Amino acid sequence: MQADLNVILPEILLSVYAMAALLGAVYTGRDRLAPLLVWVTAALMVLLAIWIGMSGAGTRTAFGGMINDDGFARFAKVVILLSAAAVLVLGQDYMERRGILRFEYPILIALSVVGMMVMVSAGDLMALYMGLELQSLALYVVASLRRDNLKSTEAGLKYFVLGALSSGLLLFGASLVYGFAGTTLFSGIIAAADGQTPLGLLIGLVLVISGLAFKISAVPFHMWTPDVYEGAPTPITAFFATAPKMAALGLFARVVHDAFGGVVADWQQVLAALSLLSMFLGAVAAIGQTNIKRLMAYSSIAHMGYALMGLASGTVFGVQAMLVYAAIYVTMNVGTFAFILSMERDGQPVTDIRSLNLYSKAEPGRALAMLILLFSLAGVPPLLGFFGKLYVLRAAYEAGLVWLAVAGVVASVIGAFYYLRIVYYMYFGEEGSTLETGRSLVQWAFLMGSAAVMLLGIVNMFGVETMAQAAAASLVR
Amino acid sequence: MDNLLSIVTFIPAIAAAILAVFLRGEDAAAQTNAKWVALIATTLTFLVSLFILFGFDASNTGFQFVEEREWLLGLKYKMGVDGISVLFVMLTTFMMPLTIAASWGVTTRVKEYMIAFLLLETLMLGVFMALDLVLFYLFFEAGLIPMFLIIGIWGGKARIYAAFKFFLYTFLGSVLMLVAMVAMFAEAGTTDIPTLLRHEFASDSFPVLGIHLVGGMQTLMFLAFFASFAVKMPMWPVHTWLPDAHVQAPTAGSVVLAAILLKMGGYGFLRFSLPMFPVGAEVLTPFILWISAIAIVYTSLVALAQEDMKKLIAYSSVAHMGYVTMGIFAANQQGLDGAIFQMISHGFISGALFLCVGVIYDRMHTREIDAYGGLVNRMPAYALIFMFFTMANVGLPGTSGFIGEFLTLVGVFQVNTWVAAVATTGVILSAAYALWLYRRVVMGDLIKESLKTITDMSRRERAIFAPLVVMTLLLGVYPRLVTDITGPSVEALISNVELAQSVARAATAVAQVAH
Repeated sequence: MQADLNVILPEILLSVYAMAALLGAVYTGRDRLAPLLVWVTAALMVLLAIWIGMSGAGTRTAFGGMINDDGFARFAKVVILLSAAAVLVLGQDYMERRGILRFEYPILIALSVVGMMVMVSAGDLMALYMGLELQSLALYVVASLRRDNLKSTEAGLKYFVLGALSSGLLLFGASLVYGFAGTTLFSGIIAAADGQTPLGLLIGLVLVISGLAFKISAVPFHMWTPDVYEGAPTPITAFFATAPKMAALGLFARVVHDAFGGVVADWQQVLAALSLLSMFLGAVAAIGQTNIKRLMAYSSIAHMGYALMGLASGTVFGVQAMLVYAAIYVTMNVGTFAFILSMERDGQPVTDIRSLNLYSKAEPGRALAMLILLFSLAGVPPLLGFFGKLYVLRAAYEAGLVWLAVAGVVASVIGAFYYLRIVYYMYFGEEGSTLETGRSLVQWAFLMGSAAVMLLGIVNMFGVETMAQAAAASLVR
Repeated sequence: MDNLLSIVTFIPAIAAAILAVFLRGEDAAAQTNAKWVALIATTLTFLVSLFILFGFDASNTGFQFVEEREWLLGLKYKMGVDGISVLFVMLTTFMMPLTIAASWGVTTRVKEYMIAFLLLETLMLGVFMALDLVLFYLFFEAGLIPMFLIIGIWGGKARIYAAFKFFLYTFLGSVLMLVAMVAMFAEAGTTDIPTLLRHEFASDSFPVLGIHLVGGMQTLMFLAFFASFAVKMPMWPVHTWLPDAHVQAPTAGSVVLAAILLKMGGYGFLRFSLPMFPVGAEVLTPFILWISAIAIVYTSLVALAQEDMKKLIAYSSVAHMGYVTMGIFAANQQGLDGAIFQMISHGFISGALFLCVGVIYDRMHTREIDAYGGLVNRMPAYALIFMFFTMANVGLPGTSGFIGEFLTLVGVFQVNTWVAAVATTGVILSAAYALWLYRRVVMGDLIKESLKTITDMSRRERAIFAPLVVMTLLLGVYPRLVTDITGPSVEALISNVELAQSVARAATAVAQVAH
């Protein structure tokens, strides 16, 4: 028992902290305490990330295999914790000035992060569902954090209804899997799904994949994404675009490899189709957008398509490619949202990309950083985003998915158009921009840091490559 | 110095970083400083690159000055030059100071302008030196970013359309090459270019979508690379981005585009398409020879009809690149030597012609041919220089233009007489459009009111043209300067290609007998 608890000690610590903070805030200062809580939560997350990252190699399981602590889980957890911490501190200034920085916000984020940590280490359908729901419920609430705003509440409601639907699909699939495999443990399912797969198990697998595809907003389960991204307050949108994506991808990889690793051929085509549709819809639908938050929603759909391309290859290298891609994606998005958060005029947030007209004249440094991030998002060398694409392309090619690789690069050209369009507004415009972006030093630091990573990361990727390799090796057996 | 190539490559990038970090302000002093920093950096690059040229051993057909470091994903940071690439490196370092000097009149966002050009130089040099597939792709594609900005920010009226067209067109061409590179990586297990040059890629025919594909994998990869280099080159019919980009780009942008960026396509053919996929190349050679011939005649005719000077020269560039592709895929000594020679010479000549347009554009702010006439009356020096480069463009013996056209035609004549015959008519057509342009702009009486006060070239402008005139003449009368360097490498390349082709032919014959 003691050993079991040791495995999930980081999760326990974060949960206990969240509850203690909740009590503390309720009994004392309420919202006055919120800025402090934001920083303390972020600091705790960073500490946990360091701790998890430093804890040695090896695989431990707890509760009879329900929870795994392996290289894969640790990699995903570190990315989740760091990105969540980054987004928390990024949004603090924004929310405080608009009076929506409630003390529940950091606490809900912390709880949702606990859910994500459970997700990526799940070794059992029950643990999977538990983590997923904890994560989702916390996010439903924060999506409608702006209670007096129509769009925000709409976003929360949409997210909740569609999320409940997808949870239903996933649960139904999980029950089928349980029915045909006779166990909820992944290690049991993989034994049942070896060689001859019963039809019921396959249907269950497809339903589980559908539920997970909703969480990473892969086409055709993406409908909620643009509306929720647009409606939710920008710091929340930034959060949606980063940590939960990593967690859902991690969970996705766990399910298909840990539980269904013996029947790669059965799910490879499904994932390839999801990937193809996401890449193209993400690329095409964003062309007409002028709202940068909606644009980033479609961008994230497209990026999830590329990450799925890595996963669809069904190999160790494919998982490594997916992890590297996800880590790069999260870093780019933190930087991009740091900029979006800083966009405002007369104290009001601005999301129209046309407001960036000739922005480079007013703020050359920030414009340059954004330029780097945008080209990196488009996957243009020599920036890090290109290497992410190179990884998944290689994984897909080696797995025989040549058509998917070709489709992927074509989609990336289409997608390049809308990133270029932002560059066009920033650099080629006619009249000067009246945008104010210079308020927060934290946002500036993250924007510049993220751009620097995109530029300097090409030297050795800061060692992420080897970590992802070890992580992938621990997942795929 | 065992990292000479990296030093040469990154001097401009370091200068760009210095400008970006340390130069503040938009006043006249800051602008002048930016220009001087850029000029000094590019000149320094040229001077240091002379060490490469003089240290180069032409009789050695392998790669020289090689440097190698581990990189991520099992890739390598590997640089090196051989007889084929060293002259392109020199062309780049030679043209860049002239380009910067020609941009002395820029007044808007000078600092960014100079940074863009300096970064562009680093990336172009990297393309010609990279000895790793992905490193090559990195430099090759990254060049799009500064060029996109150069056209988009400092371009003419329709610059935004041109910038987007330029970027997306070339990006689409290149991503297919990326897939082929991934395929090569998977098949050969390495991205090291010298190793890949020795690797024999599978050339067994197999059916694709019901069509029996001769040359199999090699043909597919060849087509993927072809998609990229043909757009970059540009070859007819995928040349349409070039006139737009040229017309809208600022003068210096046009010069870099014509003199260096286009050569990346030809260099790619020489470095990858021909030696790595000899069987695929053989399958597609008739097709490429014919579209080259069509390109020469067709784009020359199109050039005749142009109203805009830059557009005319742009189409003339496409025609001249037709000689290059023709020479490369003739795949014999004269053809390849001629192709390289033509690329180097076209670098000087087309660069100079765009500079000529720039000189009068700076004064009159129009590129319409009709807006000029009789310039010889007020600009005798300009008339002389323009005349010289017009003649070089036509291919007058004694100028470098002649040698390139002649060698490629000799090369292709041995392979396909009809193609050579069609292509030769292009020489006549080029004389027609170039001389007619000269006649309309420079000759005649000076009747236009607005031209009455036009001034002749300044001392700075003359200084820019002087090296170009010297090089064009020098290579025209003593072409061995180029062919001595390229010769041995080209010879080795051809013998490898022919060997691979004959092996593949023998294998096919055996397979047919076995049936």
